[in-house]
Amino acid sequence: MTGLLAAALPGVPLLVGLVGLLLPPSPRGAATGEDRARRVAITLGVAGAAVALLAAVALLVRVDRPIEGGTTWVELGGLTVTLGYRLDGVAVLVATAVAAVALAVQVYSIGYLKRGPHDDVEVDHRYPPYAAQISLFTAAMLTVVVSGDLILLLVGWEVMGLCSYLLIAHDRRLPEAPAAAVKAFLVTRVGDVGFLLGIALLGVAAGSFRIADVLAHHYSTGTLTAACLLLLAGVAGKSAQFPLHTWLPDAMAGPTPISALIHAATMVAAGVYAVARLFPLFAQAPAALAVLGVLAAITVLLGAFAATAQDDIKRVLAWSTVSQIGYMTGALAVGAPAAALFHLLTHAAFKALLFLAAGAVIHAVGTTLMSRMGGLRTAMPVTFWCTVIGLGALAGVPPLSGFWSKDGVLAAAEAAALEGSGPSYAWVGWLVWLAGLLGVAVTAWYATRLLLRAFLGAARLPLAHPHDPPAVLRWPVLLLAVPAALLGLAAFAPWFADRLRVPADRSGEAVELVHLGPNLLLPLVLLLAGAGVAWVGWRRDPAADPARVLGPLRPVFARAFRLDDVQHALVVRPTTALARAVRTGDELGVDGLVEGSGRAAVELGGGLAALHRAALPRAAAGVLAGALLIGLTVALIGVAS
Amino acid sequence: MTFGEFLLVAVLAVPALGAVAAVATPGDRAGRLVGTVAAGLTLLATLPLVSGDHGWFGYGPSPAVQPWHQLDLPWAPGLDLRFHLGVDGISWPLVVLTALLTLLCCGYTLWRVPEGGGSGRALVALLLVVEVGILGTFLALDLVLFFLFFEVVLLPMYAIIAGWGGDDRRRAARKFVLYTLFGSVLLLVGVYVVVAAAGTADLVTLTGGSGLPRGTQLAAFTLLALAFAVKSPLWPLHSWLPDAHTQAPTVGSVILAGVLLKMGTYGLIRVAVGVAPEGARWAAPVLGVLAVAAILVGSLVCLAQDELKRLIAYSSVGHMGFVLLGVATLTATGLQAALIGNIAHGVITGLLFFLAGAVKDRTHTGSLAELSGLRETTPRLAGLLGFAAVASLGLPGLAGFWGEAFAVIAAIRRGGGLWTTLAVLAALGGALTAAYFLRLLRRVSHGRPSPAVGRLAPGLAGAELTAWAPLVLLALAVGLAPALVLSYAAGPVNALLAVFD
Repeated sequence: MTGLLAAALPGVPLLVGLVGLLLPPSPRGAATGEDRARRVAITLGVAGAAVALLAAVALLVRVDRPIEGGTTWVELGGLTVTLGYRLDGVAVLVATAVAAVALAVQVYSIGYLKRGPHDDVEVDHRYPPYAAQISLFTAAMLTVVVSGDLILLLVGWEVMGLCSYLLIAHDRRLPEAPAAAVKAFLVTRVGDVGFLLGIALLGVAAGSFRIADVLAHHYSTGTLTAACLLLLAGVAGKSAQFPLHTWLPDAMAGPTPISALIHAATMVAAGVYAVARLFPLFAQAPAALAVLGVLAAITVLLGAFAATAQDDIKRVLAWSTVSQIGYMTGALAVGAPAAALFHLLTHAAFKALLFLAAGAVIHAVGTTLMSRMGGLRTAMPVTFWCTVIGLGALAGVPPLSGFWSKDGVLAAAEAAALEGSGPSYAWVGWLVWLAGLLGVAVTAWYATRLLLRAFLGAARLPLAHPHDPPAVLRWPVLLLAVPAALLGLAAFAPWFADRLRVPADRSGEAVELVHLGPNLLLPLVLLLAGAGVAWVGWRRDPAADPARVLGPLRPVFARAFRLDDVQHALVVRPTTALARAVRTGDELGVDGLVEGSGRAAVELGGGLAALHRAALPRAAAGVLAGALLIGLTVALIGVAS
Repeated sequence: MTFGEFLLVAVLAVPALGAVAAVATPGDRAGRLVGTVAAGLTLLATLPLVSGDHGWFGYGPSPAVQPWHQLDLPWAPGLDLRFHLGVDGISWPLVVLTALLTLLCCGYTLWRVPEGGGSGRALVALLLVVEVGILGTFLALDLVLFFLFFEVVLLPMYAIIAGWGGDDRRRAARKFVLYTLFGSVLLLVGVYVVVAAAGTADLVTLTGGSGLPRGTQLAAFTLLALAFAVKSPLWPLHSWLPDAHTQAPTVGSVILAGVLLKMGTYGLIRVAVGVAPEGARWAAPVLGVLAVAAILVGSLVCLAQDELKRLIAYSSVGHMGFVLLGVATLTATGLQAALIGNIAHGVITGLLFFLAGAVKDRTHTGSLAELSGLRETTPRLAGLLGFAAVASLGLPGLAGFWGEAFAVIAAIRRGGGLWTTLAVLAALGGALTAAYFLRLLRRVSHGRPSPAVGRLAPGLAGAELTAWAPLVLLALAVGLAPALVLSYAAGPVNALLAVFD
């Protein structure tokens, strides 16, 4: 039964997704949203996510200890690849979060991808492939979550990259969408080069790709460090960590529900989850953890500062995701996977809530720019209060969920810094802790700014008449507000904390997710300081952007320290130039040699033929000379022998 | 005559007779129909070949090739030539793929004959003759017979390109035939070296390299590997391929990329590595370096390419680079990766050429600059093109993944500085592959429709869907269940490599 549920978890969304892809993508009547294919697609999509959620909840009840199962998928020259699942408390909790967010997104999309007040009459949302791709996306993430084999994990891992590509490019009215989609797929794929090589190193040494076998194998330090560092490349790509974070903000070109899906439950969560899954390996490779810690510290601050200067509401949220995932990888780096996973779960709730609420705002005002919003609080009270909860959780306001989980991360980093606990070096703890504390203040600042700019003050777009969204959009937002507010309190429940224990951790100590103590005050003070500065700046001139205090740094932050340009100059342009050079070389050099030898042969033949077309005197002389030559040779050989 | 022997004869005789019947039948359409039926019967005959003696039991010395079925008849007793056919786990998947692709191409020709060429039934007949040659190559267990079938393919393929191809078809066909003929000369010399030194042409006896002195093996491997490298093609001996693929008619490109190239990689595994293992061990690093060069050069050229069919042709260079890297590692993992990579490339690139042909037939251009916005006007065609491209870039879960990923893993397994470097470079080539396919999709599928695309009708013909659906399903099925291809390969591959232990 457990095996069946584990198979159904990714299996049902996969099947539903594949069937959905067979529906006519652009049927007649699609423009009005009244076609049958759309209704079928909605049914399939919602049903697939709902079944997955039910299976996940059933497993949540049933699984209390690690369970494994599976069968040999294929054997390649002594390397076994298994088609199997590996369930533990972490896996089922994350699977539940994934399925819940996917269901919310499927339902929300019904209303969001419908002809709205700001659309052209003729717009065709191509709903059937859209819903099917969400189902595939969900299936892929659930595959990553339950997989008991690294190759199977890689399958889900990369299919997710594909689905993100397809969905980001979905909106055909946005000219920038295809480029953003290509960027998302390519950047993560570049990271996956490392991921594949890391898996290859681990699997080849262990003779099997089964996670249990890999975790049980004893690697040499060099192999393990190399493999973990290579895996981190893939993790950085998927989880948008510096320096492979550049795709995530651009991915905002995708429809808003897709942003919620990518940022909350799938894709970016996969990297953190994969490291937590393989944490016993990382724990033996402190060098890899140190690298992870450095990247995490950079990412926390990079994301937070970049978020301060954005005008696009979705971009603020996107950069906040980059920053928050940095907290998770930071927790992993200081050896606290439980804290990382706790933050992953709360983040899934509040970030999905924030994106869906932002979608409601965008749906109502028809723009993503905060400079054209303002004063939405009275017109959209439900959306406003949901956003308040989401932003509060993001910034870490007690007792909302983000407060507890972020505190867990900071406490782990503090312990690593001050007491040297954890598998990595103490300086890594210091780095993560200080970056995390500074990040708290900056996060509070930009969260406050978002709230003030979008919902308070005077309306800057007087012509629009915003209103709270219809029920199909409202209910997913409202339901997500519950875990966003309360999930943090689950940390006090022992069964929850115990499930977040990484199974290889057999220390027997109870996992402490919350650390009530005086050191809770420090982040709180920083939070108040950040929020206060933003509020004061806004009070002085409610019409102006609080980001003006950034002064000359504002454009730098807005362009995220111009890392996109760096990437373009260091990677994209050299590669395309190299490609052009290689093409020329191949066509003129290699093929030129072939063509040239052909031409040379023809010319040689022509020359010889011309020689033979001689007039009689020269021909006669030639024949006589030849005869003489032969005669001489015969005579000479005759003399010699 | 046993059932197995009957099947082996039927697999070669049915398409041969079908070719004759197709030409002899009065009426063009009836001729095409007869040929298609023959291709269908051939496919049906290849399937039961799997039911054979798969015994890999017993210890001690056993022949390195243990065919499931074989047919061994004296052919030219005075020259000690035998008509020796057989099928095993290495050749069977390729045999089925050949029969399937030929059937799909014949069926496609039933619906549409390329414009500006000869009659349709002649094209079908030539396709069947090509099929005889390719199937014979995969089935032959006698070196001379292998060479003969290898050569049978050449002229009908030349005729297909020269007769039904694009504007520049004669030059491309000439280049194809001359270049591969050059390879064949090397093959002939290699075969001669082996047969003269060993005194037999029987592949079953020869496999394992027993009885050949080391020097002969080195010479034989060099000659054979060069010959197969031209066919595969291995960089830098590839430059016949882009022209031939670009100018060939759709069905010609499909057969060329789908199975004709596989004669090279199959020959490398079965003949070159089998007959001269010492030579293979000696040349493996060179082969590996060239294979990785092929991956990188192929992908980089694709990244700067601006013609649809040419891009897909060059992508074959990269993909076959992965296959050859797998072979070069001389590990069981690598050889199995090469086998499944062969099949996957045949399925996926066959599909890609079908789709590229469909795009070109509709828009009358293959220039990426003139194609844009395909998903706006023909969402299904764009969707299929997207699927094929994604399969080709090696997405895990689809057929292309196993061959590429495990070629890299095999190189890691081989260990040492050289092979690890090659693995890293090959994996980077995988990322470049993604880059050029995404660039292709962005140019062709996304954006506003170009004038050439804007007037397209959204629908697909039934014949097109019938021809493509099996390939789509196979790409998915092989990806989800790689055992379809590999389940019978472990025995023969291990036996082939036993000599290295």
